[in-house]
Amino acid sequence: MPVMTYRQALRETLREELQRDPDVLLIGEEIGAFEGSYKITEGLLKEFGPRRVRDTPIAEEGFVGAAIGAAMLGLRPIVEIMTINFSLLALDQIVNHAAKIYGMFGGQTSVPLVIRTPGGGGQQLGATHSQNIELYYSFVPGLKVLAPSTPAEAAAMLRAAVRDDDPVLLLENLGLYNSRGQVPDTAEVAEIGRAAVVRPGRDLTLIGYSRMVSVALQVAERFAESGVEIEVVDLRSLRPLDRATLVESVRRTGCAVVAEDDWLTYGIGAEIAATIQEGAFDHLDAPVRRVAMAEVPLPYAKPLELAALPNVTDLATVVEQTLRATRRVGA
Amino acid sequence: MAESPVPGTTAEAEPGPIPDLPRKRRPRSRKPKAIDGTEPEQLLEYLRLMLLIRRFEERAAQAYTQARIGGYCHLNLGEEATVVGVTQAMEPTDYLFTNYREHGYALGRGIDPGRAMAELYGRTTGVSKGWGGSMHMFDAQARLMGGYGIVGGQLPLAVGAALAVSYRGSAEAVVCHMGDGTTNIGAFHESLNLASLWDLPVVFVVVNNQLGMGTSVEQSCAEPELHRRAAAYRMAGVRVDGTDVLAVRDAVREALCVARREQRPTLVEAVSSRLRGHSVVDPARYRTPQEADAAQREDPLPRFQHRLREAGVLDDRTLADLQSAVAAEVTRAAAFAEESPHPQVASLFDHTYATAVANESRRLPADALFDVEAPACQ
Repeated sequence: MPVMTYRQALRETLREELQRDPDVLLIGEEIGAFEGSYKITEGLLKEFGPRRVRDTPIAEEGFVGAAIGAAMLGLRPIVEIMTINFSLLALDQIVNHAAKIYGMFGGQTSVPLVIRTPGGGGQQLGATHSQNIELYYSFVPGLKVLAPSTPAEAAAMLRAAVRDDDPVLLLENLGLYNSRGQVPDTAEVAEIGRAAVVRPGRDLTLIGYSRMVSVALQVAERFAESGVEIEVVDLRSLRPLDRATLVESVRRTGCAVVAEDDWLTYGIGAEIAATIQEGAFDHLDAPVRRVAMAEVPLPYAKPLELAALPNVTDLATVVEQTLRATRRVGA
Repeated sequence: MAESPVPGTTAEAEPGPIPDLPRKRRPRSRKPKAIDGTEPEQLLEYLRLMLLIRRFEERAAQAYTQARIGGYCHLNLGEEATVVGVTQAMEPTDYLFTNYREHGYALGRGIDPGRAMAELYGRTTGVSKGWGGSMHMFDAQARLMGGYGIVGGQLPLAVGAALAVSYRGSAEAVVCHMGDGTTNIGAFHESLNLASLWDLPVVFVVVNNQLGMGTSVEQSCAEPELHRRAAAYRMAGVRVDGTDVLAVRDAVREALCVARREQRPTLVEAVSSRLRGHSVVDPARYRTPQEADAAQREDPLPRFQHRLREAGVLDDRTLADLQSAVAAEVTRAAAFAEESPHPQVASLFDHTYATAVANESRRLPADALFDVEAPACQ
């Protein structure tokens, strides 16, 4: 099983999908000659030509909408939006069109579209370039929203997204592009709508997605040294949300902490906490806690940015407090 | 497809012999003449379609005020010449994207008026199975790729459809209809730029009825000659009298030729007048009585009828036959809609996703997320 980066896993999968299906084409800003702002599409213009790898003007609403229209006629476009922040320029096309066209016309035409876009702070890019606004899309029926946390998941989810007949938003993460991991060479196709228990444990359920899964695993590793077994659940699919897997885990462990890279108020963690209280109320030994970004526009200055973003120490602190609240650890 | 008369009306639509007319201005010749190369039979078919749209829209307004139709209801009254000109210039294999003022375009594409009316009534037999309503009619067979309720939303989609046609190298073309107000929104400019930059076979048709809801073109457009906006994208832009069905047809036909032959987009501006308010419930108080009178004088139906009489194509009897035929057709359409079933609540979750997916929510407002006794997820 080869080891590769998240970036390489995405690139190799794009290449395979372009080779596999002549209806697949890439559309986006600077994906061709520039080879992608984050070099995900490196080499693909050279290999597949400008018909399959189409550079666009800076016009998110226009080219995302064009990809939707092309998908309605049966092409399978994969759009790159340079960062999720810029997807706001295409919000009307994603929310009012991609998500609605199948249902609004009575199921007569589907929109087999993939939108790949990275979120993530921590790069000192300032307030408008560091957001995690996947919630905006996770809120909308008709869309499917995936958030891979590893190179293997990135490949398997991208494959699933391309082969799915609905609009799928693949949330990548700037902080993960250089992360490495084993990627099976068996062309795995992820099942959309399923969470995964990525580390089993009996003492506490730690729930995250995208970058926060690796943070959660580091915390679990740290607690394992003192004999505390933390179960880590990777949400993987933000819509549909696999509530059953979450609740089943919390019913066993009796407590939960959610690690999210977005803002707390009305965030993804709020939905998770509400799900847990409804599905595992009688099993809870402590309140469900959320670890999330400070509620500020993310500042540029490094100390401020670092303070605002959730990290291993933050998560470990809240896990510790939650375990104490259950009276299973410490006094 | 729209050029063949709807079954059941063929006999009535035949021109038949032209009798002497008891009118002041009799046609010079009793022999029906072609106009600009369009044969009498075709001219009468255009008139029939215009009359059908007029009658359909009047019936829709009536049903709306009787609360048989919900939501918004925007009518093509006064725009019949543009609607018929645009749709009759298209090949059956061409694709049409429209805005929310679209009932006439559905009829013009040959969609059965019963299915269009049933959509307004929200019934399962409607073109969009009752999921779209007035603003969102879609029919894959007629290649009506949807009416869109968000101003400008259909433009990038039409560009994408043209991209798919171009990608496959096929001979189809795309027509994208919009109102004058749309030419101020960002999607308009992004779409025209993309279409020209990528050499796409798409025709943008701006129906300039001179009012975006209640705001005039002069109040909203720095360049009120909307066809000139195409120049910014090195695209041909033409202005045509939207009350002249033949002029609209010819302009759109020529643009479609250019789209197919040269893979180049065109902007066609068709200038006309809305006979009534923005929607059925709009009393149009922003119009002076003089402006309202002017709109009535621009009514394309009397104009076209007069032109056909002058050419000896139309007489009183033929007109009366056409009118009674479309009246009967619209009555049948309304009855069909009325008698069609409402969708079952059980079908509520049928159209969220095209590809079935694990853990798709199927809960109704009062449903619990979890069965308290079992871990099954709703």
